[in-house]
Amino acid sequence: MKYETVIGLEVHVELATESKIFCSCSAHSFGADPNSHVCPACCGMPGMLPVVNRRVVDFGMKAGMMLNCDINRVTTFDKKSYYYPDLPGAYQTTQWFAPVAVNGRVDIETSAGKKSVRIKQIHMEEDAGKLVHDISEGTTHVDFNRTSVPLIEIVSQPDLSSAEEVEAYLVRLRTLLRYAKVAECEMAHGTMRCDVNLSVRPEGSDVLGVRTEMKNMNSIEAIKRAIEYETARHINAIENGTEVLVQETRRWDDAKGKSYAMRSKETAGDYRYFPDPNVMPVVIDDVWYETIKNSVPEFPEVKREKYIALGLTEYDAERISESIMLCECFEEASEACGNPKEVVNWITSDVMRILNAKQMTYEMLNLDNKAFGKLISLTLDGKISRANSKKILSAMFDDRAIEPEAYAEANNMLIGEQNDDLILGIVKKVVESDPKSVNDFKNGKEKALMALFGKCMKELKGNCDPQQLKVILLECING
Amino acid sequence: MTLSRLTIHELHDLLVSKEISATELVQEHLDRIQALDGNVKSYITVTGDLARKQAKAVDAKLAAGETIGMLAGIPMAVKDNMCTEGIPTTCASRMLEGFKPQYSATVVEKLKAEDFVMLGKVNMDEFAMGSTTENSAFFATQNPWNADCVPGGSSGGSAASVAADLAVYSLGSDTGGSIRQPASFCGIVGLKPTYGAVSRFGLIAFASSLDQIGPLAKDVTDTALILNAITGYDKKDSTSADYNYPDYTAALTGDVKGMRIGLPKEYLGEGIDPDVEAQVRAAAAKLEELGAHVEECSLPYTRYAMPAYYLIAPAEASSNLGRYDGVRYGLRAPAEDVAGMFCDTRKKGFGPEVKRRIMLGTYALSSGYYDAYYLKALKVRNLIKQDYDRAFEQYDCLITPTAPTTALRKGNNQDPLALYKSDICTIPTNLAGIPGLSLPYGTDRNGMPIGVQLSGKAFAEPALLRAAYALEQNTNLTRLKPNQGKGL
Repeated sequence: MKYETVIGLEVHVELATESKIFCSCSAHSFGADPNSHVCPACCGMPGMLPVVNRRVVDFGMKAGMMLNCDINRVTTFDKKSYYYPDLPGAYQTTQWFAPVAVNGRVDIETSAGKKSVRIKQIHMEEDAGKLVHDISEGTTHVDFNRTSVPLIEIVSQPDLSSAEEVEAYLVRLRTLLRYAKVAECEMAHGTMRCDVNLSVRPEGSDVLGVRTEMKNMNSIEAIKRAIEYETARHINAIENGTEVLVQETRRWDDAKGKSYAMRSKETAGDYRYFPDPNVMPVVIDDVWYETIKNSVPEFPEVKREKYIALGLTEYDAERISESIMLCECFEEASEACGNPKEVVNWITSDVMRILNAKQMTYEMLNLDNKAFGKLISLTLDGKISRANSKKILSAMFDDRAIEPEAYAEANNMLIGEQNDDLILGIVKKVVESDPKSVNDFKNGKEKALMALFGKCMKELKGNCDPQQLKVILLECING
Repeated sequence: MTLSRLTIHELHDLLVSKEISATELVQEHLDRIQALDGNVKSYITVTGDLARKQAKAVDAKLAAGETIGMLAGIPMAVKDNMCTEGIPTTCASRMLEGFKPQYSATVVEKLKAEDFVMLGKVNMDEFAMGSTTENSAFFATQNPWNADCVPGGSSGGSAASVAADLAVYSLGSDTGGSIRQPASFCGIVGLKPTYGAVSRFGLIAFASSLDQIGPLAKDVTDTALILNAITGYDKKDSTSADYNYPDYTAALTGDVKGMRIGLPKEYLGEGIDPDVEAQVRAAAAKLEELGAHVEECSLPYTRYAMPAYYLIAPAEASSNLGRYDGVRYGLRAPAEDVAGMFCDTRKKGFGPEVKRRIMLGTYALSSGYYDAYYLKALKVRNLIKQDYDRAFEQYDCLITPTAPTTALRKGNNQDPLALYKSDICTIPTNLAGIPGLSLPYGTDRNGMPIGVQLSGKAFAEPALLRAAYALEQNTNLTRLKPNQGKGL
């Protein structure tokens, strides 16, 4: 018999707000000392009260809009109760009754074709802390840095049917959320985590099989392996009766390539959801809604088509539209210099080379894009040599405040027409000092001219339009 | 010495005219606590050094000719569920014994800005759960009127300290009547403000949607003065009301002509002590005599308030008290594993009433019961609000008993259901978020004080103060003093 796999995902994404969801502690503690980003509120001290960070709601709404969701204009926070040492209030504040976004859709494309994955809801919630086990002492310590860092949980309908589709879905989510600049979505950093709900049924059946859940998966490759494994395990159980499938939470051991049932104690839960009386319902009025709506970027496909229309190759359009940071760089620099094709060449050569050398991702690009466009203009106009423009661009990566023209001037990199005399003086000096090369050139050795040219350029510290130098050099040699 | 018998406004005049010093005033109170609190047992922690230091600062201001606020230099007490930086804040629970917060509640900060003098932290029912202060994990407080009676609760220490002149005024908290019922039992004024009028930041939560901090005082004027200091919007409390808070003393005119006052019939008759009912009717008659229009009215959903309250309050409490797990502060019971530590800590740290309410609340929120219990209670709460909305279209305030009886006898309060009824007259205002004021109005056949409750729509504190002040000015029934021989 043929089987189909039915998969639904719950994806947790850390929102990239400056501060935590209910207090003003910094939300960015990656690599920081334990308990250095905490306050009485996020540590659940008696008498403390939560105050909703409005930026979290901004980001939650924006994420919802990116995923084609309806936004609940009155959205509420609810308490989910359970005891765990890393959960200071013995409850997590989440959204159970009226999540910020519902009924969305994410479109994916795989070898099986195009597909729409329905989004059930997106809710905002707080992260928990971390337990740190000291094996030598046999003690456990709690670090509350991550407590109350804002998350969204994106709950899909069970519309996925293969590891490939799951991968396409996760990549698409990541692209869209990065486009909206609401999240880093880096699984290796834990800023994107995934619970996989999976069941298997005979192809064509409309009855769902027994569902198992694998929690906190943190790499796409591991997720794919886990899906393959679970699918095979389910089919084997159904076909050969190797085991009785039960609805349960399982732990995926990626090193061993196996999933294990978790103890029922770890999974049993009556979370006793109820509205948090300390957090008033958040009412999203028209002004707020429209402000966020207007900040939602165009989708990657729309940008790609626009770029092709501007004359970019399909390949380049695809590469630029991969990241909102590259899009902004391209669009703003093009506007500043008026030459999109040139801008895309600079991005795909110089910008990507520097990013690569600095081991930066596209998302870390922090250029002043207008200044970048200006740099391109100056170079095209022959005011800065191509060699120097690369140096300036590299400096601009390190210091956003650099204004290219002023920087070039301050560093003697600006080529001006008044420099003709200076160039002529240097050319004369070089020609006089190297009569051999002059003779060689006159005797037909083209290479000799390049040697002279190189010497002049060196004297000029590259600060010269090559065409201009060549003209002056030839004039000088030929008298 | 009789300074301790005086009110805030009387003492303020003496301080400003330099007839007394704040140091002298605080010392008299500390001496009195030393002499009498061994019997009354209202204080958990006495902060004598701090109080003397605060008084000295006020004296320095006076010596320098600076103007001082109405509460400056006046010795007072704080219920032990409001956080005070560096000073033990226990909620009268073994769970928080020795717990010293790193922060102060907003109300405490506000009073500090008024140059208050804090004598100490006063006793209460553990985590504010109870009506007798017998649920304190440390000791029971006695009623200054009669050593065989309870002071009421949960703010029993707040009420007893003021009634026994061991503090000029105090702060209490009221979730279902915890300011008003003890004020009534101890013969003083107690006010639960509108929900949101006083910041709950730093108040250790019992039931967050019902808790409200308020004053317990010797007269209506003092109540208005304290209200002036403690009300106000606080961005640290999301439920705090951004409202244009008035000068509450402006309501103290003594004039009730034309006020419309309702006398809800559900609060009279069966279950209400006849002496209490008689005094409520007498107070209503007095107001009428002073020019108010009084008529009987009806709040039909009143009878459902108590069951709704005993679902909502324990549900919220079961969640609010989850944080006491032994991980970060307070009591930690050693155990083999984490689950054992959680269980043993909570077993040893909480008293029976707290455990009872945590269990009630946990049950009410459990999957499968939520709709039948918690959600239904929320619907009832809404109906009670609507009852009040309709009533306040016609009346400026309502007059009822504060409690069905005068002070209960000590040591005879083991039946929780019977005891819960002590809050039957006060609970509905908490559910509706509206203000309620308890005013002493005469005594019963045993000489114990009777409290009359005035309630009004949200932010109608001025109306309540106005009616109460008129009764105070026109009778000798409101400023009562316990017979010194019996309870002290």
